[in-house]
Amino acid sequence: MIMRTDERPASLAEREERLTETSTLPASERIMSPPGPAVIELRGFSAYYGNFRALHDVSFRIPAKQITALIGPSGCGKSTLLRCINRMNDLVPSFRHEGLMTYHGVDLYDPAVDPVEVRRRIGMVFQKPNPFPKSIYENIAFGPRVNGIKGNMSEIVERSLRRAALWEDVKDKLSQSGLALSGGQQQRLCIARALAVQPEIILMDEPCSALDPIATLKIEDLMKELAKEYTIVIVTHNMQQAARVADNTAFLMMRPDRAGELVEYSDTDSMFTAPKDKRTEDYITGRFG
Amino acid sequence: MAADLEMRPHGGAPEQAPTLAATGQVARRQRISRLSRYVLMAASLVGVAVLIYLAVVTLDQGWARLSWDFVTSYPSRFPERAGLRSSIIGSIWVVGCTMVLAIPIAVGTAVFIEEFAPRNTFTSLVKLNISNLAAVPSIIYGILGLTMFVRYFGLGPSIIAGALTLALMILPMTVIASQEAIRQVPPSVRQGSLALGATKWQTVWHHVLPGAVPGIMTGVILAIARAAGETAALIMIGAFTFIAFDNTSIFDDFTVVPVQIYNWTIRPQEAFRVNAAAAIIVLMAAVLTLNLIAAVIRERFRQQY
Repeated sequence: MIMRTDERPASLAEREERLTETSTLPASERIMSPPGPAVIELRGFSAYYGNFRALHDVSFRIPAKQITALIGPSGCGKSTLLRCINRMNDLVPSFRHEGLMTYHGVDLYDPAVDPVEVRRRIGMVFQKPNPFPKSIYENIAFGPRVNGIKGNMSEIVERSLRRAALWEDVKDKLSQSGLALSGGQQQRLCIARALAVQPEIILMDEPCSALDPIATLKIEDLMKELAKEYTIVIVTHNMQQAARVADNTAFLMMRPDRAGELVEYSDTDSMFTAPKDKRTEDYITGRFG
Repeated sequence: MAADLEMRPHGGAPEQAPTLAATGQVARRQRISRLSRYVLMAASLVGVAVLIYLAVVTLDQGWARLSWDFVTSYPSRFPERAGLRSSIIGSIWVVGCTMVLAIPIAVGTAVFIEEFAPRNTFTSLVKLNISNLAAVPSIIYGILGLTMFVRYFGLGPSIIAGALTLALMILPMTVIASQEAIRQVPPSVRQGSLALGATKWQTVWHHVLPGAVPGIMTGVILAIARAAGETAALIMIGAFTFIAFDNTSIFDDFTVVPVQIYNWTIRPQEAFRVNAAAAIIVLMAAVLTLNLIAAVIRERFRQQY
């Protein structure tokens, strides 16, 4: 699906080839399949809040259908980076960026790109579970409804809840308020809600930090299951969690000028057994953090 | 003072059970704390006492006069025949039209200011001015209404002129109440909605407004109570007049209950003042009921997040 609202080809030299149309299956069956291995690519990406630089020249690629973790000490810009991917930082008036962030080769920050289209394809789960104060059914149905996704809504709701491993828990109480669930269930409800609009990428901002260990493990299992179909990018404070679930890990740190920079990025096994940068090794072994 | 509590060196239980009753320093501080409670309670009771006094005096004077006849008779120069019929009907018409005019504008303004307007000096100025307008005395609105609606637009001393004037008068406080209600909706709900690919308007319509409705309704009902009791502005419009018919059109001349009360209060005959007391009971009952409904709605529809 072409994201740009006009049909003129890109004019910036840095932009890559536009992506081709996806399949013409009905909306409820469509699963986005990216043509190449990397789905998000950053090149020299910097983020500013007013005059304060939050991210400094970050460059790496996020591969499709894998779990990529962003780790690092507090304040190093992990959440900022995550929120840049689905244009949620647009809500901050002083936000601006430099550099390039592309989604299947299309510049996410091109003026012709509509953030609403971006967020349809790149979903987000927040740190504190935030179900709407409506019934469980309405929580899930809202996304497809406002996006004009046609189809049997009850089916969509059931499918999303099954994919989020929540169906068995709530199938008899779909009309109950989403807020009546436990913390772990609320977070799975938020995941189901994100899944209902059939995104390609799911961003998770410390999804387990507000949950108890049992709920955390359930969500981690869910993540690994979802990674078979979706690309997942997760920000986590918990290194062990990154080691448990992530295929690739990016380690960010704060520079002296308080901007965050990418120190090291590799597959999780290499990063945790043989880190290339001394700072990475210090963080992983707990010398600071 | 600090040695009220004996410090025992290195463990060991005291030889006898310690007295934990308040002594010395602690007793003095506790006395002050208990005293403050009663002082504050007395301050709160002042307002209640005044209300009770007014209620007792009014009820004493007017209760006997209340009857179905009183509510269904037109005003008259004979106090025993005078009634509230035309002023009640006029009040209902005026307040109804005021609400139809004011609510959409107020809620729309509040939504725009909180959700869509950019944060710059111009919008700050607008917000400041709305607060200022809420403090303007109602008689000024009356003069404005007289000049603009009654004379310049040629509407005469009609219900619609009164409604337009009252709408302007209650607009600032309704906007402010609606703004507060919209601000109560937590940002996490908006973020959750936007992250699903909803537009700003969809987020406002499906999440922000439903969450703000209790607060907005409370503000609206309080505005109705204010409009129902407004006297000075409507006297300026021309409601101080003898109306002996039922209103059937917004272009009719009219009077309202508070103006009728004023009308009776300034008459020389004592019997008219009894009428006024009875009318006050009717008006206060209506206003108190409205306030009660506002409180019930606020509790009933409060959304837990």
